[in-house]
Amino acid sequence: MASASVTLIGRPAARRRPLLRSWQGRLRGSEFTWAVAFVVPYIGVFLAFVVYPVLYGAWMGSSPHLYSELFSDPVYQQTLVNTLLFLAFGVNLKLFLALLLSGFFMQPGWWIKTLLVIFVLPWAIPALPSFISIHWMLNGEWGLLNNTLYILFGIEGPSWLNQRWFALGSAIASHIWKWLPFWTVILLAGRMSLPQEVMDAAKVDGATGLRSFVYVTFPMLANLYLVLTLLATIFLLGDFNSVFFVSGGGPANSTHVLATLGIRNAYDMGHPELGVAAVMSALPLMIPLVIILMRKLRTTEVQL
Amino acid sequence: MSATAAGGVRPISFTAHRMGRAARRRRRLTRAGTVLLSVLVLVWTIMPIYNMVMVALESGGDVFGEHIWPPQPSPHSFWIVVTQGYWYLENFWHQFGNSIFIATMTTLLVLLIGSLTSFSVARMQLHNGWLITNAALLTYVIPASFLAIPFYLIMNHYGLHDNPWSVIAALVTFATPYAIFIFQEYGRSIPLELDESARIDGASPVQVYFRIYLPLMAPALVAVGTYALLLAWNEYLYQFLLLSNKRSMTVPVALAQFTNSDQAPWNYMMATAIIYALPPVATYYAFRRRMSSGLTMGGVKG
Repeated sequence: MASASVTLIGRPAARRRPLLRSWQGRLRGSEFTWAVAFVVPYIGVFLAFVVYPVLYGAWMGSSPHLYSELFSDPVYQQTLVNTLLFLAFGVNLKLFLALLLSGFFMQPGWWIKTLLVIFVLPWAIPALPSFISIHWMLNGEWGLLNNTLYILFGIEGPSWLNQRWFALGSAIASHIWKWLPFWTVILLAGRMSLPQEVMDAAKVDGATGLRSFVYVTFPMLANLYLVLTLLATIFLLGDFNSVFFVSGGGPANSTHVLATLGIRNAYDMGHPELGVAAVMSALPLMIPLVIILMRKLRTTEVQL
Repeated sequence: MSATAAGGVRPISFTAHRMGRAARRRRRLTRAGTVLLSVLVLVWTIMPIYNMVMVALESGGDVFGEHIWPPQPSPHSFWIVVTQGYWYLENFWHQFGNSIFIATMTTLLVLLIGSLTSFSVARMQLHNGWLITNAALLTYVIPASFLAIPFYLIMNHYGLHDNPWSVIAALVTFATPYAIFIFQEYGRSIPLELDESARIDGASPVQVYFRIYLPLMAPALVAVGTYALLLAWNEYLYQFLLLSNKRSMTVPVALAQFTNSDQAPWNYMMATAIIYALPPVATYYAFRRRMSSGLTMGGVKG
């Protein structure tokens, strides 16, 4: 982790550097053929497995009556609320905690380093085993969490997955559990690449603790933090596993998010078009996000 | 004279002493905060993992009990999984092999396609190569799960139903964009003059790619390879949709099927889960230093 290399400051994009044009413009006949041949595999993959499915999906979800059917579905209305809550809490809580913890892990000491190695475990373990374990851990009667609460503190815990808000909260917490190490490590690398002179100068001028964070560290991290927020939003929208395995969309389909509702409509209800429509209804949010993000990723050297 | 000197000295030493005490108190508070936070982080991180291990060590009936440590811990469940001694686990090693096959093929193809593309776009500076970079960027920001339904139907058009290659196609699609970025970024540190001089000496593009580009890119290849391997191991949704036969499915799909049965043997499930989680954890810790933090990104798209 110490060798992490994230470049993040709003440097002008590399394409503005003077290009060393060794082959450009002078690609001779056979060289040009080779250059084209080298990109053919990727273009093939892109056309066959991105363009075609996207167009096919757009065609499947193009009929307007699908959307009237979708919007009148009470499960869909609940799903929208869940998705927004999932985004609001999932993204912000996760990144804010990651920001704080990255500061915590900047401290020197063997104990902090050891803790960091343990802390990244949730990221290294595949999603499915952990989420199944969390599902069982939250079982109201036999789960580890309630057993612990009872044995240590004498509290009877609720049955976490049988009530809508507890179940949704559990899914959000599981998502944060799984992905917090990842974002923390990125922000940690971001903090490490901050110019040390600036930090030292601030220290000489008497900025310590919170002041140094608010006026020095955070302004320098702000751009990275913004890009990470956008990325985290898009990735979280597509997160299927944490809801599907922790709450399973239950109880009574009350904790679905768009990603799981799409699959439920397509397979459990045998209506793939309605599933595509559910996913497509995220487009008004997705498209602006993707446009901003693509610009940001291209013009800032956030190397993720 | 001496009195003033003493008078002049004393307040200073007095404040110094007081400051020392305040600083010491602050240090002690910080230290207590660090310890408290460490314990919280540790408990938060470990609890689901501990639960996995605990349940795996229990014997059948103990699973439904109110305890936080198995009454009679035994590795029995692991033995059952390894010897395929339960009807749900009949094909465990075969499915494990499927997982390995899919992960290996994905990794090789991602490395091959990604390095060829970035070589052509960034090194040979193919005309309009930025279009390809943008296509990759766009793919990177589309959530994979949103494309799952049309992807599934299209695989039937391609005649790849219940075929591991359909999963490999999906994983390559979603992992290659990332490989292209990293290779382009990393390639900037390799001087283009190397390609130039090789070319003047009469090397063909293929020779430049094999003799100069690939060897110099080795660290990036290792990092991206690890990333692709972990991505393939992490993925569930596409494997679940595209593989339905007991012999063609992978471990996570089989594992998820467990949860659907009424008499889910939780201890066997958790033992399977732990065995399944070991290869990626080992890979991750082995290559941790080589993966720049960002390389972890793609796991998010699982």
